[in-house]
Amino acid sequence: MKILTGNDLVSGDVIWWAGDGWSRQVGDSIDVGQTGDDLARTEEAALRVVGAYVIDATITDEGVRPAHIKDRIRALGPTVRPDLTLKPNDADAGNWVI
Amino acid sequence: MYRYDSYDQSMVDARVEEFRDQVQRRLTGALTEDQFKPLRLMNGLYLQLHAYMLRIAIPYGTLSARQMRKLGEIAQKYDRGYGHFTTRQNLQYNWIKLADAPDILAELATIEMHAIQTSGNCIRNISSDQYAGVSADEVADPRPWAELLRQWSSFHPEFTYLPRKFKIAVIASDEDRAAMRLHDIGLKLVERHGAIGAEVYAGGGMGRTPMVAPLIRDFVPEDEIISYLEACLRVYNRYGRRDNKYKARIKILVHELGVEEYQRQVEEEFAHMRTLGLNPPVEELDRIRAFFAPPAYESDLTQDIDRSDPAFALWVDRQVATHKAAGYAIVNISLKPLSGIPGDASAEQIELVASLAEQYSLDEIRVTHAQNLVLPHVKKADLYAIWQKLDEAGLAEANLDLITDIIACPGLDYCALANARSIPLAQKIAQRFADAERQAELGELKLKISGCINACGHHHAGHIGILGVDRKGVENFQLLLGGSGADDASLGQITGPGFSEDGVIDAIEKVTDIYLAQREGDERFLDTYRRIGMKPFKEAIYG
Repeated sequence: MKILTGNDLVSGDVIWWAGDGWSRQVGDSIDVGQTGDDLARTEEAALRVVGAYVIDATITDEGVRPAHIKDRIRALGPTVRPDLTLKPNDADAGNWVI
Repeated sequence: MYRYDSYDQSMVDARVEEFRDQVQRRLTGALTEDQFKPLRLMNGLYLQLHAYMLRIAIPYGTLSARQMRKLGEIAQKYDRGYGHFTTRQNLQYNWIKLADAPDILAELATIEMHAIQTSGNCIRNISSDQYAGVSADEVADPRPWAELLRQWSSFHPEFTYLPRKFKIAVIASDEDRAAMRLHDIGLKLVERHGAIGAEVYAGGGMGRTPMVAPLIRDFVPEDEIISYLEACLRVYNRYGRRDNKYKARIKILVHELGVEEYQRQVEEEFAHMRTLGLNPPVEELDRIRAFFAPPAYESDLTQDIDRSDPAFALWVDRQVATHKAAGYAIVNISLKPLSGIPGDASAEQIELVASLAEQYSLDEIRVTHAQNLVLPHVKKADLYAIWQKLDEAGLAEANLDLITDIIACPGLDYCALANARSIPLAQKIAQRFADAERQAELGELKLKISGCINACGHHHAGHIGILGVDRKGVENFQLLLGGSGADDASLGQITGPGFSEDGVIDAIEKVTDIYLAQREGDERFLDTYRRIGMKPFKEAIYG
């Protein structure tokens, strides 16, 4: 599947296109098919996202999983600071990116 | 320490207001990201993996307690309670909101700090020796020259759009603690026939094409250093490879022209420069120098240190360096706790170091390129009290220059350019070699990790270096041996095929085993490597 990601213009937070808006959770991502680049332009023009780009991802038992490790780290947060990730109470959260 | 005059302050204040307007225009859509990006980068604001990152310049790595305290307050108020000290003696905040950036810069301006020229193709923050002014082996305090260069290079109209970024280091000792020859220009202050001047090295650097800077002039009189640097930069600005980002650094120009031809062109330009009266008046250097006059050290202080507490004695032996004034010492504070993140300090730790500087170190702190901190003026009688406070805050690791004192860039955990994670690898290596006796047995061993070819973690200059690469989406680590950023500067050589994370740690263990088996006398790891060469290490690693 193709999913769309970028950073929130104001906060810089990593965000994922969820169909009706942006989410902080990669699991909310939807397959944007071939519409990603157009969506990116529209959303950037609307000042809701910066640096938007389309990536490959797969659906796994744990939900949406970006294909590349860099985007998995973006999705989770720094693997060396579990307290600052989206799974702060999961000591093994860092293993998800590998 | 240097204090801003009205020119410095008004320049910084004006820049804050200019950037506030630019941010406002970005937030309202009057500026596109393409228009805004170069403007934010000129103010040190990057968009990184998880958020905006703000890089603050710490001129020649020197901070007052007041400045340090404010850095901690900003970490608490605008970031997530910590900051990261970098290999260029700067500080980075990792979680900045765009709308907050102008307020942060305004707060920094109140303590005479900013983020100007911490990005972009300009002259970056000047770096120097963390022992400047307190080391017994220096011919002069290098900070007045570093400050002069800061003023000269700030908003220099001719050098704002260089072919690539430009880094300058200034030292004044034979012992190089600033990786001077791995800078675009390195200045080493020397004394010749009673006069102070500079040896000038040009064309060093790391990145994808590492080079140790050659000497291009063995003496430039102190009152002509600015003119000479103008000449060096002019030649580079004119002929640097603007057509190719990867060949645009001065090291490529010096290499392609050849040292002699580059020297010739610089000398020609220098001769012209001398006619223009560009050197600052001697009075200005004297004015700056007065800010760095030695403090009023107390006399008749005790030379003795009570070493009855063994943990304290271990820390003194490793972390405390000789000060030029009797009864004083230089304290190195490790930012490399065994399970910690190299260079990271919490807001509380930053506040503690500020308080210690205020109480015990004549108000001063230094940041090192090895991502540690220094209290430069500590009475020996106060060492035990300082150690106790550092220990309570998790800052009393005794590992300076040992295998666990690892330089590591932020890597793929934070950096948008990285290919692999540096920090978890640094943590696992530190855990593998955690035993204090084993570290002591290995002695000085500088291990440096970069998460990509840009080499922010100085892997080329590590006795053992590690470069993280992306192999079809999987982290892979190349191992290098034999580098040095010190006065015996050299570039590490790749051992061979790369490793997984666990594999590279095993390889390092094999490498250290070979060293212990083969060393002679009091050889450091680097000395043994240089004597016996790569072959035995390679055989041990790859069989």
